[in-house]
Amino acid sequence: MMPLPEGAVLAADDVRVALGGRPVLAGVSARFAPGAVSVVLGPNGAGKSTLLACLAGLRPPDGGKVTLGDRPITGWLPPERARALGFLPQIPEIAWPVSVETLVGLGRLPWRGASSAAEDKAAIAAALDTVGMSAFARRDATSLSGGERARVLLARALAGAPRFLLADEPLAGLDPGRQLDAIALFRAQAAAGLGVVLTLHDLPLAARVADRLLLLHEGRLVAEGTPADVLTPERLAQVYGIRARVAAGETGLAIDLVERL
Amino acid sequence: MSRTAATIVALGTAVLLLGLLSLSVGRVWIPLSLWGTPGPLGVLLFELRLPRTLLAVIVGATLGLGGAALQGYTRNPLADPGLLGVSAMASLGAVLSLYFSLTSFWLLPTMAIGGAGVGVLLLLALAGLTGGTVTFVLAGVVLQTVAGAGIALALSLAPNPWASGEIIKWLMGSLQDRSVDDLRYTLPLALAGGALVLATAPALDALTLGEAGARSLGARLGRARLMLVVGVGLATGVCVAATGVIGFVGLIVPHLLRPLVGARPSALLVPSALGGAALMLAADMAVRLLPTAEEVRLGVALSALGAPFFLALVLTLRRRLL
Repeated sequence: MMPLPEGAVLAADDVRVALGGRPVLAGVSARFAPGAVSVVLGPNGAGKSTLLACLAGLRPPDGGKVTLGDRPITGWLPPERARALGFLPQIPEIAWPVSVETLVGLGRLPWRGASSAAEDKAAIAAALDTVGMSAFARRDATSLSGGERARVLLARALAGAPRFLLADEPLAGLDPGRQLDAIALFRAQAAAGLGVVLTLHDLPLAARVADRLLLLHEGRLVAEGTPADVLTPERLAQVYGIRARVAAGETGLAIDLVERL
Repeated sequence: MSRTAATIVALGTAVLLLGLLSLSVGRVWIPLSLWGTPGPLGVLLFELRLPRTLLAVIVGATLGLGGAALQGYTRNPLADPGLLGVSAMASLGAVLSLYFSLTSFWLLPTMAIGGAGVGVLLLLALAGLTGGTVTFVLAGVVLQTVAGAGIALALSLAPNPWASGEIIKWLMGSLQDRSVDDLRYTLPLALAGGALVLATAPALDALTLGEAGARSLGARLGRARLMLVVGVGLATGVCVAATGVIGFVGLIVPHLLRPLVGARPSALLVPSALGGAALMLAADMAVRLLPTAEEVRLGVALSALGAPFFLALVLTLRRRLL
């Protein structure tokens, strides 16, 4: 099994997806490098989740391709791919009342047969520590609050030591304090070399966490770049149909949503 | 020792003790001191009680394992091996052989296994390997309905009262008067099916995170489905061929054991097989000991046991939701 080389890139090349005859992605190309936080923005139905599922190798595009390193994503064996790409679905599910420890341990499944029990245990403990949930290790995962559950699921994704983390709406349902914690965590993980790709709805938070924003509208990439470049009043009017005031804020951008156009 | 290992040891011991007891218990009590004696007692012991006991272990283990695996796969605590509709198809095969009075020794099991095989193929054709859990469950319901209709039709058109009587009796399930010949086809097919089911363990664990979560962890869900349908389908089909329809074991046992092993789907598989074997041995001894003119059918006894269990389940669930 070939490991992914250092600095390998995850790339979408003219990715097209149609659902029920309606184009959801109409040719999206983008590159995601390790060590940076990229945020995919766009209105509901713009194709954010579909793009993330394609990047994660969970949905084969109808046209174009996704490559990880030097190979198309479909050319990787599922466990190999799972070691390189951690994925957090938008609507998480915890089907059984397993302990938090066991749940985070599921993140080690792609490493079955390739890592020792001690390595697995250390990875689980480290991931729980990273999200600040070590004290909950023996708790029933289905009894946690929404915010605790989100952190545990994030630990699950980190426990697999992925090179890229793809998270669909990871801040949904978190209080403002926890949102800032999560943002700090994504920044720290990126600084340590992880490639982070998020979808978000909250524009100020996106501007704050992202090195790079990608703005999707009706299945097309309409803008890409730094938050200040992408989030202009003209573009917010065009894509979201809102009038907004954008100014440099204390941290990132201060965005005042004035009215619906 | 982990909780799962402790559960396995405890249940394994229970199966062993119940199995030994099952050899002694019945209308004629055979104490351990008489086990070596030649004559009618030896015949009773080795040609009736031993196959019956082993069959109870095999069928109970298959149903418990199948139930645990399907509950894990569908992420639904109410799933049981009958959900696939494959055991219903096996029943239909057996019923047809009774209907046409083709009851020579090998014909009924062969037709039941044939029914299970057709059921497996139909299920795979209907549900495919890529669809979600809902299509899978729906396909199972279709098979159950078709097989149920076929069985009802055979009953209503039965050529003579003997045939309909035999069909009804067979449908209730029993371990009475089974012989070593029944073990010859049951054991290898149940073992092969069980091995396939055990191989799905990592995929079942991954499914704790839902289908998208499981696939992102590298689980091959299509392959897991194929192995489950073939493994559970054939193993339970073969058990239906040997004993008729026996319900509730596959539902109750995983449910009772889940809290003991920390709810992890893979950790539940082996304990459920052992628990199913233990429950089956206990129930079979109970019907042998009940002072009725004719033995109570095992399927009926287990259903009678299942109903209050369901009631308790509903009550606890309702209390938890309040």
